[in-house]
Amino acid sequence: MISLVTFTPFQPTPGLAIWSLLIFLIFWYLVAKFAFKPIAEALEKREEDIQSAMDTAKTTREEMANMKAENEKLLAEAREERSKIIQEAKEIKNQMITEAKEKAKEEANKIVANAMTEIENQKRAAFAEVKNEIGVMALSIAEKVIKKELQGDANQEAFVNTLVKDIHLN
Amino acid sequence: MRNRIFILILLSLSLVFRVDAHEDHSVVHEEGHGKFDPGATAIHHISDANVYSILDAVRIPLPMILKSDQGWDIFSSGKFAAGAHEDGANAFNGYVLHHGSVYRVAEAGFPMEGLIAIDGFKHTEEVVGGKSKDVYFVNYQNKEYRLDARTTLDGGILGGGFTSFMDFSITKNVVSMILVSLFLIWLFRLAAKRYAASPDKAPRGVQGLLEPLILFVRDEVAIPFIGARYRTYLPLLLSIFFFILGLNLWGQVPFLGSVNVTGSLSVTLVLAVLVFIISNVLGNKHYWGHIFWMPGVPVPIKILLACVEVMALFIKPLTLMLRLAGNISAGHIAILSFVGLIFIFGNSGESLGGSLVGTAVSIPLTMFMMTIELIVAFVQAFVFTILTASYIGAAIEEPHHEAAH
Repeated sequence: MISLVTFTPFQPTPGLAIWSLLIFLIFWYLVAKFAFKPIAEALEKREEDIQSAMDTAKTTREEMANMKAENEKLLAEAREERSKIIQEAKEIKNQMITEAKEKAKEEANKIVANAMTEIENQKRAAFAEVKNEIGVMALSIAEKVIKKELQGDANQEAFVNTLVKDIHLN
Repeated sequence: MRNRIFILILLSLSLVFRVDAHEDHSVVHEEGHGKFDPGATAIHHISDANVYSILDAVRIPLPMILKSDQGWDIFSSGKFAAGAHEDGANAFNGYVLHHGSVYRVAEAGFPMEGLIAIDGFKHTEEVVGGKSKDVYFVNYQNKEYRLDARTTLDGGILGGGFTSFMDFSITKNVVSMILVSLFLIWLFRLAAKRYAASPDKAPRGVQGLLEPLILFVRDEVAIPFIGARYRTYLPLLLSIFFFILGLNLWGQVPFLGSVNVTGSLSVTLVLAVLVFIISNVLGNKHYWGHIFWMPGVPVPIKILLACVEVMALFIKPLTLMLRLAGNISAGHIAILSFVGLIFIFGNSGESLGGSLVGTAVSIPLTMFMMTIELIVAFVQAFVFTILTASYIGAAIEEPHHEAAH
């Protein structure tokens, strides 16, 4: 029991109480206003910043993934387009070749036909000329014969007859 | 984690009982150079003082502000010319310094004016109303004059009470509070500037030291106990936490006076009363409703609960006050007692062998105790803060209708 009597730290004194109240209140005011509030705000802001940075990173990652998928899609589309175009080109080429072939054939046929007609015409013309030539020749022959005939009747006659025979044989 | 903290709290509470055992030796109290009395020495070292002694070599005089029926006396405690055991060689205006504390001569015949050389002190015990009480006398010209201790607010329960004067001096504890507060303000201002200057940088230096503690108070104390409106009360909680922690740790520094600020009931009383006022001023209808008219129980129980709750209202700050002061004082006494083993084993300096054995025993025990006290410094600051947060949280809690009462 005596121990408590001499235990002066447990005897509250008005002086120490007033001083500690004063000091704590001033400490509280100063440290709260000039340190704890700005620090708490800075910490909160930093946490928000970190959170938003992480969120941004996440969305960016998602966007990147989306973009990649889109790119791949575009690429696939382009590839498809390309093969389609190639396919079409091939078809067109074949078609053109076929058409060209047909046209050429047609043209050739036409040329051949023309040539044939020409040949026919030429042949006819040639025949006609030949006939004319022959006619002229026959006439000159006839003339000569006539001239010879005029020199001797019997001979002329015999000659005319052979000539005529010859002509008939032709 | 929680369990460990509770074990530590129990451990530190148990120290209070150990201390009582030590204190029982302090009955015999011879003045001056008699037998070593560990209890009295420990109490002397953890008491507040009007002179700041470092290592019994440097004695820094402190301002004395005293009020008696003769008016105010303001002077430096250097006037007392304190020597060994912080006993003053002089009296000034009727005041003397004994064991670092100021006393006033209460008996007629002593010259109450000016500086007077005195011859020493005497100590006896008186039994008043079944309680023994320390009584001190000053020797002056072969006569003994009874001394009055300073006025204390314990109303006689702890051996104090109103006397002929009041002591408003800047004591060792006040100086320590001012120094620690200034240091903390400087430290936190530094950190705040860092945060303002480079908000996007990782914490470094003083930020790295303080940030985990600040975040701990915010995330483990303020948010769980107060909830969404924690921002308003966070500066108060942080102030309480760091004020107590800083003073606890300052008292742990060896050779710098081993000040026992947070172990003084005056300081914890102020903090506890402040918490009491704040939490009750904040109290809403819901809070008072649960104290005076507990909903959901029969009327007789309501009356019974109101009695219990009103008692609890005052017991809360009382325990807050006693827990902190008890723990810190107990730690100081335990360390001083272990150091005192050297003197006990050495028979107060008469036996060298005993002193060596005492030293060998004392060093590991003191080191162990200081480690424990380091943890206690944090735990008690944390406990005080967490209880403050829980009282504020209870006071401002909004009723949640889904909860069954």
